[in-house]
Amino acid sequence: MRRDKKEEEEGGGNPFHNLEKTSVLQEARTFNETPINARKCSHILTKVLYLINQGEQIGSTEATETFFAMTKLFQAKDPILRRLMYLGIKEMSKIAQDVIIVTSSLMKDMTGKDDQFRGPAIRALCSITDNTMLQSIERYMKQAIVDKNHAVSSAALVSSLHLSKGSSEVVKRWVNEAQEAVSSDNVMVQYHALGLLYHIRKYDRLAVTKLVSKFSKHSLKSPFAYCLLIRIASKLMEEEGAGTDSPMFDFIENCLRHKSEIVIYEAAHAIVNLKNTSAKELASAIPVLQLFCSSPKPTLRFAAIRTLNKVAMKHPAAVTACNMELENLITDSNRSIATLAITTLLKTGNESSVDRLMKQISSFMNEISDEFKIVVVQAIQSLCLKFPRKHNVLMNFLSSMLRDEGGFEYKRAICDSIIIIIEENADAKEAGLAHLCEFIEDCEHTVLATRILHLLGREGPRTPTPSKYIRFIYNRVILEHAPVRAAAVSALAKFGAHCEELLPSCIVLLERCLLDTDDEVRDRATFYVHVLQQKQKAINSAYILNGLQVSVVGLERALHHYTLEPTEQPFDMKSVPLETQPMTEQKAVREPGDTAAPKSTDKVAASRQDVYAEQLRAIPEFANLGNLFKSSSLPVELTESETEYVVQCVKHTFGRYMVFQFDCTNTLNDQVLERVTVQMDPAEGFDVLKTIPCPSLPYNKPGTTYTLVRLPEDAQLVTGTFSCTLKFIVKDCDPNTGEPDDEGYEDEYVLEDVEVTVADHVQRVMKPNFSASWEEVGPENELEDTYALSTMKTLEDAVKQIIQFMGMQPCERSDKIAEGKSSHTLYLAGVYRGGHDALVRAKLALSDNGVTMQLTVRSSDPDASEVLATAIG
Amino acid sequence: MDGGILEPSLYSVKAIAILDNDGNRLITKYYDEQFPTAKEQKQFEKNLFGKTHKANSEIIMFEGLTCVYKSNVDLFFYVVGSSHENELILASVLNALYDSINQILRKNVEKRSLLENLDAAFLVVDEICDGGIVLDSDASSIVQKVSIRSEDTPLGEHTMSQVLQSAKEQIKWSLLK
Repeated sequence: MRRDKKEEEEGGGNPFHNLEKTSVLQEARTFNETPINARKCSHILTKVLYLINQGEQIGSTEATETFFAMTKLFQAKDPILRRLMYLGIKEMSKIAQDVIIVTSSLMKDMTGKDDQFRGPAIRALCSITDNTMLQSIERYMKQAIVDKNHAVSSAALVSSLHLSKGSSEVVKRWVNEAQEAVSSDNVMVQYHALGLLYHIRKYDRLAVTKLVSKFSKHSLKSPFAYCLLIRIASKLMEEEGAGTDSPMFDFIENCLRHKSEIVIYEAAHAIVNLKNTSAKELASAIPVLQLFCSSPKPTLRFAAIRTLNKVAMKHPAAVTACNMELENLITDSNRSIATLAITTLLKTGNESSVDRLMKQISSFMNEISDEFKIVVVQAIQSLCLKFPRKHNVLMNFLSSMLRDEGGFEYKRAICDSIIIIIEENADAKEAGLAHLCEFIEDCEHTVLATRILHLLGREGPRTPTPSKYIRFIYNRVILEHAPVRAAAVSALAKFGAHCEELLPSCIVLLERCLLDTDDEVRDRATFYVHVLQQKQKAINSAYILNGLQVSVVGLERALHHYTLEPTEQPFDMKSVPLETQPMTEQKAVREPGDTAAPKSTDKVAASRQDVYAEQLRAIPEFANLGNLFKSSSLPVELTESETEYVVQCVKHTFGRYMVFQFDCTNTLNDQVLERVTVQMDPAEGFDVLKTIPCPSLPYNKPGTTYTLVRLPEDAQLVTGTFSCTLKFIVKDCDPNTGEPDDEGYEDEYVLEDVEVTVADHVQRVMKPNFSASWEEVGPENELEDTYALSTMKTLEDAVKQIIQFMGMQPCERSDKIAEGKSSHTLYLAGVYRGGHDALVRAKLALSDNGVTMQLTVRSSDPDASEVLATAIG
Repeated sequence: MDGGILEPSLYSVKAIAILDNDGNRLITKYYDEQFPTAKEQKQFEKNLFGKTHKANSEIIMFEGLTCVYKSNVDLFFYVVGSSHENELILASVLNALYDSINQILRKNVEKRSLLENLDAAFLVVDEICDGGIVLDSDASSIVQKVSIRSEDTPLGEHTMSQVLQSAKEQIKWSLLK
């Protein structure tokens, strides 16, 4: 650097540094002086442009003043000054007033002799022209489009396109000129003319088809024009649903042999993106992209790999041919290219290439940032789920990644992946747990350590050799800080509760924690030692293995409520609302290189019931119904979606009542509904007690009405069908103002029936250790029966339907069925209305005519057992 | 919509920017409403610069946009387009921008020189792209349209290193073709 460093720092190197808006605009008054000093004025004008470019706000008055001063400069002939003026006019056209004052000066330049001014003058002119003015310059524009000077012609074409946004009718009259310009020998004129021509005709499909077939033979000169034509052709194919026999496709395919890379890539890209491409069509495009992958230009490599990545999502087999090239790209210095290459490879790779691929990846893992490593971890995770037999290699890889340096997010991604793999693949469990054990030996992240200890406590006791995990866990008790020690104590207790032969040793270990310095650790240890010493399975299950299943928010609220009203009665755990299980977790699959990942929506589901509870509590009529037991998860549509009134129903179950919530929407803009209620015709045993009307239902504003129903006295009568009618008073109103008439009339609208099912009385509850709970509830109220389910053809189908009927939570992953099995046992857990634990074991076997099921129900309440046992029939 | 068919349109460039080596804007031009205010624009430039100033790798996917870039000494040139745009078209616009500036500045592509010729640089950007439509992508034709000061340099004024540099460039290009 030959420049003076100090000068640089002070901004001395930048003559435009620290420009003041007011002083520059002051300087702009120099424009009014005569004779004009072109050099000085150019410099000032540049300053003005620089200020605007920096985003400086210039007020309308200031801008107008400067603009008018600037118009004086038309007297000067200096070319640079004139060109800068055009820029100034364009920039100011949006902020200054009365800019059309320069129209005649610009028109003079546009039709003048000086070719250098004509193009820019046209563009400046069009930026200040509005619809009314367009007529007067139309003649000149037409001439300019077909002008023999390329710059003039291009400028006119591009400006026409800008103008056509406002007034397409006038521009449409220039179609002949545009047509003529396409045959220009200048590439840019050709491109712009084709663009304008298409824009004018784009709603006339026949004309567009002609346009494509004409120019595809005509052999255009401009690569850009070719790209445009390819896009037009592929859009046409898309709209017509044309296949490969279409002449359009021939044209695109021919473009693959064009001499310009831009055109070749555009054609390949178009073929890949056609809606119904099969491997056959891809066959022509893939080799081209393959060639581009080894180009020295990063942009070309990027373009190619990005397109291949897209192909790999739908047709992984087609990309396999490029694997060699892709593998070279995973070490590319451009990280975007490298990551795209990896993810593509992982999609295309077959089972046999996994080992080799993993080796390749491990060689450069150190060079990439955490952000990209996470992408790789996710890719491995999905690979592991795709090829369960490869879990060994992949698991080893993940564990070696775990040992490497890395931030919290990265480590967490790895742990998450290992945990998911363990849960999905029983074969990988032991290896996975071993890796995690090793990881917590030297783990600086408390969150991860506690999480892994919890997992060990849950999964460890059920492995063939639970004893080997004890050492790892006890090490944590000795070496770690309080939160980890507490988690380790809980994990130890679980081993003791589940494995009888380990019980004495576990008690000894736990007793050593009784003198821990931390309160939480000491309390946990004391509690667990006492529970374990009882040696009762039911107690173990309830207090160690299967913990509390209440909603934390609900528990907090219930306890707060309890402390507010002093009472002699002990606090009743059954009054606390249960934790709702999120239905199914949507796993968001993130595609690297694409736009921001979709936001996860899982969390909403968990707290939905709390929201409902809050809403219902706000209604005075419902204040003494007790605690909300369950709200049905998805609203049921009681109308077709396209009708006058749209009604959805949500069922809320309380101890002895049900509340039906009807969310109504009025889709007629000339009506207002008032006093809207839903009349329910109760099924046998049910009593409708009260309806809470929705006072007014204007157009498109959802409103809610409730109906309260008392459940039958007979505890075993829980299901029924209600026929519903929407009743309301209609008032016609003005669609524009929404002002209703005074007079209204009564009307009604028949809705679909609402069903109350067994599932409405059962809340899903997850029992991490089903067998312990099974023993805990005991055989007292056990019912058993055998059913032949002839309508169900597969085990998957049966499992799905049973879960749906019962409304219970599948445990021990028993909702997943190993492939090719002919029998299966489904474990379901839930809580029946009134807070009674309910467990179901369904042994399923596939037979010639459907599925045979042996159903065993255990519950702490005889009625609950009876209801559940008859739920399927 | 991801991928799919590109709408046939001439509007292919979303923004052109020339930043200095601190990520401050020297010349920028936005052609659509994706970043309506100067504040959002500058934030985008800052983020983009942060991602690109270290690794010289020519192309990046950034905030759902495709950005091609090039740097020399203390100047960074960017061309931004939609993520569905043909990357090569954007790259050819970038090359046109860089080569034209290079010629205008007589191969002294650095901040000081650019600021001395800011007027010409404004005109170059104006000649390359008009409202998002590529007006011209041929550097010599662009420079000719701007037609200032570039050809009146006698050969003697070139320093030895510049002559060597240009010779190198020419050899490189002839090899690449």
